[in-house]
Amino acid sequence: MANFYTDNPDLRHHLQHPLMKKIVTLKERDFTEADKYDYAPRDFEDAMDNYEKVLDIVGEICGTTIADNAEAVDHQGASCANGRAYYADATVQNLDVCRKAGLMGMAMPRRFGGLNFPITPYIMAADIVSRADTGFENLWGLQDCAETLYEFGSEEQRAKYIPRVCEGETMSMDLTEPDAGSDLQSVMLKATQKEDGTWVLNGVKRFITNGDSDIHLVLARSEEGTKDGRGLSMFIYDKRNGGVNVRRIENKMGIKGSPTCELVYKNAPAELCGSRRMGLIKYVMALMNGARLGIAAQSVGVSELAYREALQYARERRQFGKAIIEFPAVAEMLAVMKAKLDASRTLLYETARFVDMYKIYEDIARERQLTADERAEMKHYSRLADALTPLAKGLGSEYCNQNAYDCIQIHGGSGFMKDYACERIYRDARITSIYEGTTQLQVVAAIRHVTTGNYLNLIRSYAEQGFGGDLAPLAERLAALTEKYAAAVAEVTEANNSAYLDFMARRLVEMAGYLIMAYLLLLDAKTDESFKKSAVVYTNMVAAEITKHAEFISSFSPEELKAYNIN
Amino acid sequence: MSFNIIVLAKQVPDTRNVGKDAMKEDGTINRAALPAIFNPEDLNALEQALRIKDANPGTTITLLTMGLPRAAEIVREAIYRGADAGIVLTDRPFGGADTLATSYSLAQAVKKFGNYDLILGGRQAIDGDTAQVGPQIAEKLGLPQVTYAEEILGVADGKITVKRRLEHGVETVKAPLPCVVTVNGSAADCRPRNAKRLMKYKNAASPSETAKLPEAIAARVAANPELQIAEWGAAYVDADPEQIGLPGSPTKVKAIENVVFTAKESRRLDNDDAQIEELVKELIANHTIG
Repeated sequence: MANFYTDNPDLRHHLQHPLMKKIVTLKERDFTEADKYDYAPRDFEDAMDNYEKVLDIVGEICGTTIADNAEAVDHQGASCANGRAYYADATVQNLDVCRKAGLMGMAMPRRFGGLNFPITPYIMAADIVSRADTGFENLWGLQDCAETLYEFGSEEQRAKYIPRVCEGETMSMDLTEPDAGSDLQSVMLKATQKEDGTWVLNGVKRFITNGDSDIHLVLARSEEGTKDGRGLSMFIYDKRNGGVNVRRIENKMGIKGSPTCELVYKNAPAELCGSRRMGLIKYVMALMNGARLGIAAQSVGVSELAYREALQYARERRQFGKAIIEFPAVAEMLAVMKAKLDASRTLLYETARFVDMYKIYEDIARERQLTADERAEMKHYSRLADALTPLAKGLGSEYCNQNAYDCIQIHGGSGFMKDYACERIYRDARITSIYEGTTQLQVVAAIRHVTTGNYLNLIRSYAEQGFGGDLAPLAERLAALTEKYAAAVAEVTEANNSAYLDFMARRLVEMAGYLIMAYLLLLDAKTDESFKKSAVVYTNMVAAEITKHAEFISSFSPEELKAYNIN
Repeated sequence: MSFNIIVLAKQVPDTRNVGKDAMKEDGTINRAALPAIFNPEDLNALEQALRIKDANPGTTITLLTMGLPRAAEIVREAIYRGADAGIVLTDRPFGGADTLATSYSLAQAVKKFGNYDLILGGRQAIDGDTAQVGPQIAEKLGLPQVTYAEEILGVADGKITVKRRLEHGVETVKAPLPCVVTVNGSAADCRPRNAKRLMKYKNAASPSETAKLPEAIAARVAANPELQIAEWGAAYVDADPEQIGLPGSPTKVKAIENVVFTAKESRRLDNDDAQIEELVKELIANHTIG
């Protein structure tokens, strides 16, 4: 019986990070809930034991039911009939198992029936679920819409909807429309306030993941005559009220178990969530940040699966009298896959911890005034989370695609056939670098942390932690690469040319991301020997990549931008 | 309507993942090399009990297991899945029991437990594969028994309706309560452990376990009856010393042979229909298949 938590000691390593002590103590308000709830922890060790034991349940369910079902889900896929979307049979079974295990509403407060888990162990569960069935991670992971509902909804709305999510009702975020994809300011779905003060929604949404969910968060235009993001508000639509039909579902390349719906709203009753006009500029931004972290976790889960499938095949497949893993060309591919996996995972959990830190302070601020020190700490971590989220999503999803590609390559001709999981992994991986903001848009979100020096400060703070023994030479190389990065940033920003900066943005963001992940791997290797190989492999890899980018930038003249304008 | 259900379960070595070191030199099971698990068909039985509980609020499920003190582990597993309480029947004199002594001991425990409506158990345990204990308990208690159950279709008006999975079909039978039902592996899988229940009951412990717990946790167990797993001995269930353990076991193991499969001959076939057909015919002729 496979258990996707216990068979992967790397997860435990990341869960045991020193910052968890502070995160858990703050999240549990010094463990004051133990007298009120019989499942609340009494101290830090008790809480960590709870996380591990619950992740053990997640690992068991994923290693058995959900992983076993993945192929059947992919073959049957979701379907649409009579205005409703239907899951594949095995997806229904997956959801049932997750409900019975009480894994819905994991991060929600206990008073609404949740487990009150910090984001970090919740994201770890997402990582595990995604390894079992990438598309199912969407359905299960949309529970984090409840986080947005908790943050911005009224106490009545929280009490009405969050317990239902904890009981297993699913959610969706209805944002995109035919003419509003990446550009959400163009959303047209109309929200009309009736005389009695209630709202109804009319219009069409497209590409809505799990669009026939029980509880929807909907971005709609509440301010007639407006054209930009400031006329948009967020609404809650309850499927029990009716008014929204599924017109069709998309026939997708991958994640086929996750229905992607076109929705038609006809006088659908809805509740305003939060304040008018804040829908896009505040709430959806928060929603997207949470969702991006979820996709980062999904990407890491796929990377893990791709790596494991490739490794197993390379050990079993024999050619020229030996297992193909014995051939250096294959061995190197596997080492690089593992390094990319380890790099994206360490960045994922660093980001999750930063998100935890500022969100917990934000929540404490709903109960009492924060001290000046606490406010400063909240701002610090909020900035870091904001800086790392697009890197974790953008670079993590690119790595997961690369690993899925290499997984097929290692399978050779067999990998091109439908007989092995790798072809499904390849199709499932593809969306991760597209939805919740393409990699190109992650670069747009990340570039200001290049120009403001946030990344450089973070990189330097990692370097200051000191590395001895056989990590010292790696740290020295990274220090030298950091100077290349700093010089490249200086060269581009000093030109004061926004088109030039835009053009170089991806290169600069990647350089920062590579350095951050390399340092994080060094820090991992400091406490756990098993990360040393990946630290070496990754440093070698990014040294070449950073040098390549540095060379491109230093030898590039902004004059040459014209050559790239083919319109 | 609510019911008192006893689920019989056994902690067994996981014989499904047998490695090289699963057997000792003398041919006995090397328990240290095999993880101890909840006998799979007993989990199927537990799921049937939980479904009755889902449909009939107020129903209580008590897990009864005989074994070493560490069998309390499967009681906790059952509680995480929704059972209410558990009893570990453990005592040195119970050791070395065959199915006759085991069913006697368990029947004594069931009598001691008293007020029950239904006894459920797995068809058989994966370490012994006898399928005798359930039926023997029914005989000793003078109860009707339904074996090979695949689904309990209903419990009402003092009767239980059960779908049985037989070799060549299914049969639906009714039996009066109380009765013994043994459940097949083809029945629904057991639901997973529930996160909240796990966090709530993770410190549940039997007296012998509680003695080894840190003081603060032991005090919590002592203060909360829900966290207490019962441990019953031979005297407590009024067991006749001659009918339990080795003295009560007429089955004697004459010899154990360690069978090692080795390929004595191998043949290479080409990938063509004629040769494959030849092989299939041969395998049917020597009764390897068919």
